[in-house]
Amino acid sequence: MNYTFHWNQALRRLPEMLDGALVTLQVASLAMLIGIVIAVFLAYGRLSDNRTARAVATGWVEIARNTPALFQIYFFYFGLGSFGLRLDPFSALLAGIAFNNAGYLAETFRGGLQAIPPSQTRAARSLGLSALQTSVHVVLPQMFRIVFYPMTNQMVWSILMSSLGVIVGMTSDLTGVTQELNARTFRTFEFFALAAVLYYAMAKLTILAARLIGWRLFRT
Amino acid sequence: MFDTAFSSNDLMFLLKGAWLTIQLTVVAVAIGTVLGVVFGWARESLPGWVNVPIGAVLDVLRSVPLLIQLVLVNSGKSILGLSWSPFVVGAVVLGLYTAAYCTEIVRGGILAVPATTRRAARSLGMTYWQDLTSIVAPIALRVSLPGWIGLTLGVMKDTALVMWIGIAELLRSSQIVITRIQEPLLVLAIAGLIYFVISFPVSRLGAFLERRWADDSLKADQ
Repeated sequence: MNYTFHWNQALRRLPEMLDGALVTLQVASLAMLIGIVIAVFLAYGRLSDNRTARAVATGWVEIARNTPALFQIYFFYFGLGSFGLRLDPFSALLAGIAFNNAGYLAETFRGGLQAIPPSQTRAARSLGLSALQTSVHVVLPQMFRIVFYPMTNQMVWSILMSSLGVIVGMTSDLTGVTQELNARTFRTFEFFALAAVLYYAMAKLTILAARLIGWRLFRT
Repeated sequence: MFDTAFSSNDLMFLLKGAWLTIQLTVVAVAIGTVLGVVFGWARESLPGWVNVPIGAVLDVLRSVPLLIQLVLVNSGKSILGLSWSPFVVGAVVLGLYTAAYCTEIVRGGILAVPATTRRAARSLGMTYWQDLTSIVAPIALRVSLPGWIGLTLGVMKDTALVMWIGIAELLRSSQIVITRIQEPLLVLAIAGLIYFVISFPVSRLGAFLERRWADDSLKADQ
């Protein structure tokens, strides 16, 4: 082995990489928020009696779960060009991960919704709550409690998935920054090893933060 | 009305990519399953000083993006002067990645076997090995199979990332065709359809087995 590691060179660039990590967290969180909102609708759509709603929701879920996340990002980056819509790498990445998150979370939420006894909905309705009020005040709070742990996993997935942005030319997130530095210095191993450490730290911090939030919200 | 430059040659090119995707999936899942069974057993049966380090390494494999792992191993092999082909690098990384998840699935399966059942087997005079292969394995297999099918599908989708180290699998092939004929939507739709055709039957099979085996265990309870 005649290779000399230059860890100092990588460590000197740590501030830039930490900025990248911040962008990664932003993309992942934003994609998660959008995904959660869409997933609630998809989950209700999957359980709905309306045939169209069910078809749309099922189609979304099946595509999101049966094709690679990178394929979905590709679709938003290259595919939308056919409609004259050009997304920059950031938007394409965000849209791709949000689409993916929504598909996976919809199935989780559906399980959560089904775990809540229908008698509760009937009780709420007979007390005079509207369908919307029943969902917002009775069903959804309990559902979020049930699905909180799987949601934490999805958030970690969201962070790891955001590394794919570099393939469509994203340069500001952690992997993008790392790739840029790599292209300038050819210290591939050092920079990517550092990136791996940062991703690991982000994943663990996310789980820790979720524990704290979960404890604060649900006392579990 | 509907005019396209997409030719049957392009379709063959995509199918060739899909074949590479399938090959890579099979190799990675094979490596991952063998290692996963060994590690899963080790995590449940060996003392802490072996099992904690294994668990830590597998945890890292699950918490670092696959893309980063691919780049690391790819540059690591050059540093060590190994002349592995990109396919080998992809198979090794995906195999270890699969092993990390498979270990947890196998472990869950082993944990699902009641301790009393195992003790009963031993009291009947079975050796440790007989207990493991004739009592634990069949029960654990039933519990872990749905998770294992899900994992296989996940790995199939994750093979798309090996394009980054220069393998023209399905997604990369479709990108090449897009560059040539400039019809991204059509080509991506076809690629997506191929992915779907590969994974949908497997996921149906998983759902079917899950349902069937769940019924079976109900029957056993009655």
